[in-house]
Formats: sequence, structure tokens, C-alpha cells
Amino acid sequence: MTMAEGDLAVAELAFVRHSTIAPRPAPATMTGARGWLRKNLLSSPFNIALTILISLLLAWAIPEIVKFLFIDAVWTGTDRDACLESVQHREIGACWPFVWERLPYFIYGSYPISERWRVDLFFVMLAVGIVWLLWLNAPRRDLGAIYFFLILPVTSFILLTGWSAIGLRPVDTVLWGGVLVTIVVAAVGIVCSLPLGILLALGRRSRMPTVRVLSVIFIEFVRGVPLVTVLFMASVMLPLFIPEQWSPDKLVRALVGIALFASAYMAEVVRAGLQAIPKGQYEGAMAVGLRYWQMMRLVVLPQALKVTIPNIVNTYIGLFKDTTLVFIVGIFDLLRTIEVSRIDPKWATPVTSTTGYAVAAIFYLVFCYGMSRYARATEARLTKGDRR
Amino acid sequence: MKRFTTILALLLAVVAQSASAQTLKAVKDRGMLNCGANGSLAGFGLPDAQGKWTGLDVDFCRAIAAAVLNDAEKVKYVPLSAKDRFTALQSGEVDVLARNTTWTSSRDTSLGLNFTGVNYYDGQGFMVRKSLKVNSALELNGASVCVQQGTTTELNLADYFGANKMQLKTVTFASSNEAVKAYDAGRCDAYTTDASALYAERLRVATPDDHIILPEIISKEPLGPAVRHGDDQWFDIVKWTLFAMMNAEELNISTKNLDEALKSTNPEIKRFVGTEGNFGEQLGLTKEWAVRIVKQVGNYGESFERNVGLGSPLKIERGLNKLWTKGGIQYAPPIR
Repeated sequence: MTMAEGDLAVAELAFVRHSTIAPRPAPATMTGARGWLRKNLLSSPFNIALTILISLLLAWAIPEIVKFLFIDAVWTGTDRDACLESVQHREIGACWPFVWERLPYFIYGSYPISERWRVDLFFVMLAVGIVWLLWLNAPRRDLGAIYFFLILPVTSFILLTGWSAIGLRPVDTVLWGGVLVTIVVAAVGIVCSLPLGILLALGRRSRMPTVRVLSVIFIEFVRGVPLVTVLFMASVMLPLFIPEQWSPDKLVRALVGIALFASAYMAEVVRAGLQAIPKGQYEGAMAVGLRYWQMMRLVVLPQALKVTIPNIVNTYIGLFKDTTLVFIVGIFDLLRTIEVSRIDPKWATPVTSTTGYAVAAIFYLVFCYGMSRYARATEARLTKGDRR
Repeated sequence: MKRFTTILALLLAVVAQSASAQTLKAVKDRGMLNCGANGSLAGFGLPDAQGKWTGLDVDFCRAIAAAVLNDAEKVKYVPLSAKDRFTALQSGEVDVLARNTTWTSSRDTSLGLNFTGVNYYDGQGFMVRKSLKVNSALELNGASVCVQQGTTTELNLADYFGANKMQLKTVTFASSNEAVKAYDAGRCDAYTTDASALYAERLRVATPDDHIILPEIISKEPLGPAVRHGDDQWFDIVKWTLFAMMNAEELNISTKNLDEALKSTNPEIKRFVGTEGNFGEQLGLTKEWAVRIVKQVGNYGESFERNVGLGSPLKIERGLNKLWTKGGIQYAPPIR
């Protein structure tokens, strides 16, 4: 026994800890920068190959881009001589003085210079509206919605087109251009297409034959023709059938064309969402006595729109870039103003066009990436409940 | 597709006939001239950094507005592409088309247009590198030529080389921008397009001084403003606006010496400025119609130099566009 007791004493002495071991950090290969690299870039042979390929691609492209946009770029100057290799005797990258000089034209187009504060005010009002509506912690977001969907469209319409009665000089839309047109066309398309698209999607799934057939005809017809054709018809053929004084403004025609076009696409996106909702949801809603619109508003659409957010944003981004097509009906959007400016003999150099297109690329990248980031965040917020 | 377009255009021409009279009244009621312009051709129609339209064709529209509305700024410029310019005129969307349009028989007849004259004699030319030591287009045998696809330019090029029994290698591109870039990169020996555009394109190559424009002009491209069939009064006004600008240059009346001209005793000048006769009223305008044009826009020579000539970055020689008195072929009938 003593021996056993002695054993126990030894054991107590040697093997039993009285305190827990302090936590050790995870192995260095699994955490920190190394761990991240291993997990994300080098997890499998295929991944390693991809990583190497993309690194090579970036190593090849980025120095060129940086060199062109910054290192070799010309920052000041008054005309083409500043950006000419034969005059400057060095390699020439982007010709920024061309952009500085043409920037007002890129933003406002031919909008009268004395009235350009109205455009600035419109941009500020629009920015306020967007932040108010999209920033979740903003105060009184219900007022924000009224502001964005009712007050903003009316005031910006009056502000931009003018109203002699209150001393705002009328400005023909022919004079609008650049970023102004791009933003107006995109905003109208984006704001109109979702409600119209929802209505069309509901119409297409309706049990009322007239509504259904009309919706199907509209959607299929609009989806069946290219946007260019819609714009072309609206701007070239319409004046032939309507007397000149009755015919709507060229920009309005393009806006209506784009809004209808986008809503047909949106309708199909929303319909996909509606079909993804299990039948039980509809039946449950009806069983508790909800009417059709209540059922849609309270039960079906919130879920349907949630699952279609990626597709809705996809359509928006496509629409934003499609706005450049208005140039074919003679409306000067941003891309068109850049196209026109690069022809200006005052700045004609081998790098002018590239510089202009770089500006357009940066503009579209910023806006489209912004939209897609916001959509990612919204998606993450709304699907929190689905995570297990 | 081309046939379809032609048929469509013919159809439109018929539809538009009925609605096209009384353009002068419509313009006056509107207080604004609708001018079909190019919008992307340096020297002819292009908005500047302030968004203000400039160019030879633009000046022409401003001259009409000055004559009709007494304000050269009352012009609404409708930028038109090459393919929908005629439809826009036929449908009444624009009152006059001043968009470097070549005057051809089919356009003058079946498309339902009336060309009112020629405000720029253009033609297709060649640009080559000086190092090639070529002084004439006839020495281009075997050369490769960069050209824009699907244009009359491409057809003229083949015709010219064929007619002169020369070997030709064409390298075609969808846009003029690409064609110039390829030429500059050394893909071809020569680049061809209308001479007026060649001067603008030459500025875009890396070292403009290493390139020359050959003297040969291989096609006739008389560019002029056009109006719809069926309104002779408006046709006259547009036509005489152009003649007035040319007559002003011929009589040496410019924006600088207009006040002296108003006091002149020269009967020709007196008829021009309206101190003698009632030629303005005969057009449906007022006596001082031509004075307004010169005062607000200038004479033809001033407009030319300012937009495409030596006063502009394009620096195009007047050449054929000189007045007949100075060795060119610009000739305006007299006002009397």
C-alpha cells in the first residue's frame, strides 16, 4: 500500500497540473499574413498556378498604367505642344492639362456657363438624397424617401430645365451634356425601372388574362429589340408621326426609352425572385386572410427582392453603362463629350484619346464599383437571418 | 440594308413633303433655328471647352440665324451622324443641314434635298511620311494604304489605283482613329481620307512634321448646306446667306470695316448693305439682312481663316476655296 501511496504522491507531484496552460497563439503558418496567403492564394496546386499567373499579369500591367498615368504624365500646359513628344523630347504619358481644360465640358456639356450653379445644386441635392436614403443610421429616413421620390424629381426638373416665372432661365436639353446627362439618364432609369419592373413581373404572373397577356407582350417585345433600336425609333421615327410642336423633347424620348427598356429586364429579374419563394408562403399569407396586395407587400416581395439583390444590381450596373448609347441619338453623355474633345485640334496628340478614355474608365469604375459594394453590404445585412 | 435605308428615306421624303412649306414662318415663330450639324469634325462643327459650337458649318448656321432672327446665337445645334442626317432634315427636325455633306446627284434628287451651294470644296487626299521621298500620289505604286472601312473613301482609293494601273494593298480599319494609329505605327505607307480631315489627323501623329499631305486630290467632294424639297422661299434664304458671305469677301466688307461700308457710295456695296434697293424684302427678310450676317458672323474669308485656315490649328490652305478673283473657284452671283 505504501508503495501505491508513494506512487500516487509521485504522480500528483509530476503529472497533475493545478493551473491551465496559458493559451498559445495558433501556429504561425495558419495566421497572420502567412496564414492568409496560404489559405487564400496557395491552398492547392491549381490555386498556386492561378496566383502566379495573376501576379505576372499585374506585374506586367500595373507598372505600365502607373507609368502612363503618373510618372510620364504631363500635368501643366496650355496646348498640344505640352504633350508632344517631338516638342518635349521625352516620353509622354497621360496629357492631364487637356482634361483640366475640358473638365467643365465633361461635367456640364454645353450648359450655359452663367447657369451652371444650377447643375452643381442638382448634384448636391442628389447626393444628399442618396446618402439620406442609403445610409442606414440617417435620421428620419421616411422623410428621406419622400424627399428622394417626390421633392427631388420635381425640384431638379424645374432647376435644370428652368422656369421663367421664378426667374430661372429656360435651358434647352440640347445644351445638357457630360456627367449631367449620364447621371440624369442613369438616375431616371434606375428609379423608374424597379417599380415598373415589379408591376410587370406581378402582371406576368397574374391570373387575369388581359393583364398577363399585355405584360408578356410588353416584356417580350422590349427584350426582343436592341436598346439602340428603341432609342433610334424614339428619336428618328417619332418626329415623322407627330407634328413638331407636339413631339416630346429628345432627351425625354431617350429617358422614356431607357426606363421602359430597363423595366422589361427588371421584370424578369423580379419574376425569378417571385418564383423562388415557396408556395407555402403564398398559401400561408392567404390563410391568415391577407388580400393580394397585402400578401405581396408584406410577405412575398420582401423575400423575393432579397434573393434577387445581386441580379437587380447587375441590371443597374448594366443600365448605368448602357446610358452611353444615348450618343447615337445625338445626346452628349460623358463618353460622347470625351469623344468630341479628343478631336479638338488644339489638343490633338497621340496620347489625347488614351487620356480621355482613361478618364471615362475611372468614372465608370468608381460608380459601378460603388454600386456593387453597397449591394454586397445590403445583401450581407439582409441574409444575416439565413445564416446557421 | 442599304437598299432598305434608301427605300425608307424615299418614303420619308414623300411623307415630309406636305409638312415642309413655311419654314421661314416656323423658324420666326420658334425664335430659334434648328441646325443639323456634325458635332465631331474639327473645323466644321465641334463644341469647344466651354461647350460653344465652332466651325465653318456652324458659322453658316449662325449666319442664317443672324439674317432671319437678327441674333447669331439663336441656333439650336442638333448633332447628326452621317446616316441619320437626311432623315432628320426630311422629318423637319432640323431646318437646314450644314454637316459637311457632299453634293451628289442622287442626294439632290431622290433623297428630296436641295443643296444651296458649296461652302467647302473638299476631296480625298493622301498623307505619307517625308522619309518615303514621295512627291505625288502617282508614285504610290505597291504602297500599303490605311483607310476607314465601308466609306466612299475606300472605293475611291481602289478606283484611283485601278485607273492608274498601280498595285494597291489596303489595310482597313473600323474607325479613322484606329487607321491613323496604325499608320503612325508604321503599318502602312500612306493614310487616306478627305483632305480637310487629313490636316486634323496629321496633328494626331507622334511627329506631325515628319509627314506631308500629297498634292493630288483623287475625288470631288463639294460640301454644302442642304434644305428640304418643297419650300422655295427657305431655299432662297439659305442659298443667299452663303452668297452674301462670299459677296462680302469679294466686296472687301468684313467685321472690321462694316461701318465704312455702310457709308460707301459704291453701288454694289450699297445694294449689299441695303442702302439701295429692297433685296432683303424680296427674300422675305429686311433690308439689312446681309449687314447682320457680316456684323455677327463675318464674311466667308473670315469664317474660313478662323475655323480651318491659317488662324486655326488646322492651317488648311484656301486652295480651291479661294474666291474666283484670287485664283479659286468660289463664285457667288451678284445681289441686284
